[in-house]
Amino acid sequence: MQTFDLEAQGLRQLNEKLHALKGQTNETAWEIVNPKGAHAIAVGLDAPVDVTVRGSTGYYCAGMNKQATVRVKGSAGPGVAENMMSGTVIIDGDASQYAGATGRGGLLVIKGNASSRCGISMKGIDIVVHGNIGHMSAFMAQSGNMVVLGDAGEALGDSLYEARLFVRGSVKSLGADCIEKEMRPEHIAILADLLKRGEADHLAKPEEFKRYGSARKLYTFNIDNASSY
Amino acid sequence: MCGIVGLFLKDPKLEPKLGEMLTDMLITMTDRGPDSAGIAIYGRPEKGKAKLTVQSANPDADFASLADDLGKAVAGKVTGTVKDTHMVLEVPEDRLEAARHALKTLRPAAKVMSAGEGIEIYKEVGLPKDVAARFEVARMSGTHGIGHTRMATESAVTTMGAHPFSTGSDQCLVHNGSLSNHNSVRRVLRQAGMSFETENDTEVAAAFISHKLQEGAKLGEAMEATLTDLDGFFTFVVGTKNGFGVVRDPIACKPAVMAETDQYVAFGSEYRAMVNLPGIDAARVWEPEPATVYFWER
Repeated sequence: MQTFDLEAQGLRQLNEKLHALKGQTNETAWEIVNPKGAHAIAVGLDAPVDVTVRGSTGYYCAGMNKQATVRVKGSAGPGVAENMMSGTVIIDGDASQYAGATGRGGLLVIKGNASSRCGISMKGIDIVVHGNIGHMSAFMAQSGNMVVLGDAGEALGDSLYEARLFVRGSVKSLGADCIEKEMRPEHIAILADLLKRGEADHLAKPEEFKRYGSARKLYTFNIDNASSY
Repeated sequence: MCGIVGLFLKDPKLEPKLGEMLTDMLITMTDRGPDSAGIAIYGRPEKGKAKLTVQSANPDADFASLADDLGKAVAGKVTGTVKDTHMVLEVPEDRLEAARHALKTLRPAAKVMSAGEGIEIYKEVGLPKDVAARFEVARMSGTHGIGHTRMATESAVTTMGAHPFSTGSDQCLVHNGSLSNHNSVRRVLRQAGMSFETENDTEVAAAFISHKLQEGAKLGEAMEATLTDLDGFFTFVVGTKNGFGVVRDPIACKPAVMAETDQYVAFGSEYRAMVNLPGIDAARVWEPEPATVYFWER
């Protein structure tokens, strides 16, 4: 286990050390202490390592992550796991605005609540939130899956493309072109897998969720709307 | 951007350290706004006394005999403490308005930062660490306080454009964001008798709340009204004699974090601002909901 004191050694040194890890390495387990809400912790990793942050983080923690597993033993500030490519990011507490925004792959797990714009413009990432999500979540979400064990705020999935949204609790309102869809066996299978990987299979069953998706009226050409294009 | 910090103490034992804690919080937020900084500190009111905090670009000339001159003008005992470009004048409570009026003729160039029983506002252009040092904020005690570090968007980087803005007795407001209908709201408020010192959007928000309070609204109601009548982006933190409140616009893209323990309620634009507060690891930490008014009063 490599232990790094962020307060004593500084952010640049931390990220330089983590960026130096390429391919196979013996230094696979890292612990970051004294994060004190600092920005850009463990951003841009590209190695199969396990990084645990002992405390809460500021903006953009684990942004652009590839391969690595990043665990935050606290809450995360805005933009956690933004544009993640692969790997896993697990937040024990809450996540602030636009968690997992534009993510292209990997798994983001938030064990508390996520605030507004969670998964905005997601492009393949899977997001599992144990609590609630705020307004405008999954706005223009293109692909990937979002699983919410709690409730969703206003305008869920506004201008949605092909991401799948699964919500167990209430949805305050659906955004433009987002509709409830039937749960078929393949969706139950996807959910069962995500709940397991999202450390939530002891908290909820796939059958308890509703599925929301795109009505596909907004992003496809409709001759009747020609005058408004 | 802009950075906001706020601290409302529940435990009187922490009161001697209010200035020190707020200074540390504000300096941590420096990179959210290095243009100017300001702080409002509420001390325990003394019976029969009120405070007028004034600022001058020529403090030596303006402040030399100001306490005596004001005392004569209002026929009451006035004492003063100079801190850099600011002077806190202690006046009999029933002479506060008279003193404020007299100041206009005695020292036309001096600006009133705040007036009230508990409030003192210090603000200047510069980095938070420098502004806090000039006014020795770290040595101040009090019951609650609000700080702001500014990245200017709507109006000039001047002392009067810095936050907090005070538009009513013991009231102040700081803002992260920008308002788009401040000109029309200012016109309406001017017609209703409110006066303005700047072209700044935040001053309009402060005056909007002061006007509502003058009309008899409670703090919570006045803050609620900002959600319908003010257009734009905002996280506001408002201070009054007895407490402080927080409200974010419905889009809520301007960040806000709050923490509460048995000893205090704290506000920060970022969690970073609160990491050195006592007992923060065990505090209840949360993000205030959009379009929701929070306030604490004693």
